[in-house]
Amino acid sequence: MSHVSSKGLYYSVFFALCVLTVVTVAIARVDLGVMNTPIALAVAVSKAMLVILFFMGVKYNTPLTKVVAASGFVWLIILFGITMGDYLTRGWLGVPGR
Amino acid sequence: MTHGTQNSPSYLDAPYGIWSWLLTKDHKRIGIMYLISVTVFFAIGGLFAAGIRTELLTPQGDFLTADLYNKLFTLHGVVMIFFFLIPSIPATLGNFLIPIQIGAKDLAFPRINLLSWYIYVIGAVFTLAAVFMGGVDTGWTFYTPYSSIASNTNVVLAALGVFITGFSSILTGFNFIVTIHRMRAPGMTWFRLPLFIWAHYATSLVMILGTPVVAITILLVFAERAMGFAIFDPRAGGDPVLFQHLFWFYSHPAVYIMILPGMGVVSELVAAVSRKQIFGYSFVAYSSLAIAIIGFLVWGHHMFVSSQSIYAGLVFSIITMIVAVPSAVKTFNWTATMYKGSVTWESPTYWVIGFMGLFLIGGLTGLFLGTMGLDVHLHDTYFVVAHFHYIMVGGAIMAFLGGVHFYWPKMTGRMYPEAMGKISAILVFVGFNLTFFPQFVLGYLGMPRRYHAYPEDFQILNVLSTAGAGVLGLGYALIVFYLVASLFKERNAPANPWGATGLEWQIQSPPITLNFESDPIVTEDAYNYAGRAGHGGHAKKAGEV
Amino acid sequence: MSAPNVHADAHQEHHPKLQHHFHNMAQQLEASILGMWVFLVTEVMFFGGLFMAYLLYRNMYPDAWLAGSNELNEVLGGINTLVLIVSSLTMALAVRAAQVGHRMWQIANLILTIIFGSIFLIVKYFEYAAKFEHHLVPGSSFDPAREPAQQLFFSLYFMMTGIHALHMVVGIVLLFIILRMAWKNQFSADYFAPVEVTGLYWHFVDIVWIFLFPLLYLIGKHH
Repeated sequence: MSHVSSKGLYYSVFFALCVLTVVTVAIARVDLGVMNTPIALAVAVSKAMLVILFFMGVKYNTPLTKVVAASGFVWLIILFGITMGDYLTRGWLGVPGR
Repeated sequence: MTHGTQNSPSYLDAPYGIWSWLLTKDHKRIGIMYLISVTVFFAIGGLFAAGIRTELLTPQGDFLTADLYNKLFTLHGVVMIFFFLIPSIPATLGNFLIPIQIGAKDLAFPRINLLSWYIYVIGAVFTLAAVFMGGVDTGWTFYTPYSSIASNTNVVLAALGVFITGFSSILTGFNFIVTIHRMRAPGMTWFRLPLFIWAHYATSLVMILGTPVVAITILLVFAERAMGFAIFDPRAGGDPVLFQHLFWFYSHPAVYIMILPGMGVVSELVAAVSRKQIFGYSFVAYSSLAIAIIGFLVWGHHMFVSSQSIYAGLVFSIITMIVAVPSAVKTFNWTATMYKGSVTWESPTYWVIGFMGLFLIGGLTGLFLGTMGLDVHLHDTYFVVAHFHYIMVGGAIMAFLGGVHFYWPKMTGRMYPEAMGKISAILVFVGFNLTFFPQFVLGYLGMPRRYHAYPEDFQILNVLSTAGAGVLGLGYALIVFYLVASLFKERNAPANPWGATGLEWQIQSPPITLNFESDPIVTEDAYNYAGRAGHGGHAKKAGEV
Repeated sequence: MSAPNVHADAHQEHHPKLQHHFHNMAQQLEASILGMWVFLVTEVMFFGGLFMAYLLYRNMYPDAWLAGSNELNEVLGGINTLVLIVSSLTMALAVRAAQVGHRMWQIANLILTIIFGSIFLIVKYFEYAAKFEHHLVPGSSFDPAREPAQQLFFSLYFMMTGIHALHMVVGIVLLFIILRMAWKNQFSADYFAPVEVTGLYWHFVDIVWIFLFPLLYLIGKHH
């Protein structure tokens, strides 16, 4: 329990986070059509993973902590997925109001 | 680590004084404080129900104004759901029993446990303030845009009350999860846990994964109403149906917050009154988790008649059928446990059998409502009202009262008159059916809910229902009377009055502050009735391996 | 998921920071850390409701979203992103210093974290003030020339960033409490759970911002 990471690891993660921030700002200025948002989200997820795995130490923690940390995101996907499943299928029937 | 001797005072005796209760970190005392609080709110919610049923005695709507009637059914729902049903079993019996059943001295975070009670009280104060300042009339569901734009009642106060109380529920669930993971006694493996613990673990999952969503949703309604923001406001292009999605994402699973702990209690009681190992222990354990998880996938069955897509409705309808399976697994296993068991007719037995009958009807009518086509006919009728009362009152409250009767000797050290326990169970069962069965018929015939007047054709059934409510109220009042009266008698409860298994029955009644004289070590499975000499012959002390 | 080791060394049982209902310091630490993670799951779901509303309305009103996003100050948002990342680094270093029992390093990093957290809030204050000036706050003062759906964007902007800022304030209060404890020399290599769980909370708040920044500030920049 309570793994002690080296300072060097923390500095490297910090550096990577700064680079990714610059990357996300730069890519936002390029018109990539529908791909802008997925790329921005991919960068954000990468940054979040760096923080979760190293700053928060999940990489060195128990499997239980990993499951708990993942569960919140899984439940978010349930919320987003099912709710959008409603909105995105509303037009399918072709009957107004249904 | 030994604490004290065999003569340690019970948790009720040391120390004395009002502050020793209000500042206590003892999970047992906090459980008792919750028990008193939820009983008060049950009485308040019951008074609102009495007003509703009195109004419905006559078709004309002459006892209350329509406005007042709207406020009564709203407050009845808000108080009963958020201030009684959700904390009822987890915060009282759960608080009291979880550490004892897993062999721990307390919950993992005793101070947070106390904090949860204070948060509950603060939320209650807000809601009561809303009542005294004129009430609220949105229905307990707070649907937008009525709640955010149209209603001119105290939505803000009531919503804040619900928002705040939500955090007490979150803290309870959070505490249970950590406690069950990290505080189990040596030898208490997951598959030796009493099913009460499994049920509360599943309940806690729902509490921590669902409650925050309703909290933010209510906060958004608050922002619309109090700060002029636009979130669900159709004038700015917002979608009120989004509110329904977010609301039911929590509020459907919240039904399982109410019923899962009841299922946990029933599992304990069934095994104890049958003197038999639970049939299919692991199935019952896993079905709790299955209910908690699948329960998150069905919320749209509350929205079949909204603008929800018909395809989404179809999927919700199918998953609703699936979520009935684990509940059925439990019911089959309980009956299979009783089959060829040595069933004794003690008062907990009456409550358990009452629970099974009522829960069965409630569950099966839920399948009617989950069927998308049929729901279009039955939606917002008394059929729905009857259905969820069969689950929440017939199921959850029967289980709660069964649990209170079963654990009362452990919690207080007193026995109540057995005959009274049986009479009240019968009164409640009969009164309940008389109240709510006619409502199935009313709903099927098309009587909508939430109206203070109705066509004369419906009067006979409504009179029956109101008469039943009187019997039901009498039954509840009787329980309060003899349980309170028992407190003034001497402490005569033995450590194990029912001859049940489990760590909680191996310690004195009422328990000492630290629960166990010496740290227990668990060497047997739960409900090991077969491994005993005879009924109640189990005298192994905690720690004496 | 096995039961914690209860037969720890005898000397651990008498640690002054061991609460009576735990068997040993390891069990107490594990409970605290699991507790904070479970709490963070509730936080994820709490913010999740807001992100759900964002997802739906952005799909419904993409143009209003771009127009609203372009009103936000990308430079201030970017600076704040970097400020929070630095604060996360100092927080991580503070936890590490606690783990190895290096008190002065811990205090220095806690102070730095508090300073960077405060800078974030000050920048946020100036951003909010500008929104009030430009009639971008939803409600009766909202610029009537703008299409109504932009009110949805700005309502969500204020709810998301406002609740995030509130979490920052709570975090700074927690850091002051931790700093005071560290100052009084209450932590040691045996006992640092409060520092570690505060760190988890702080990093979580940082993660929320990592998502808010691109989703609120950057979506209209390529137009």
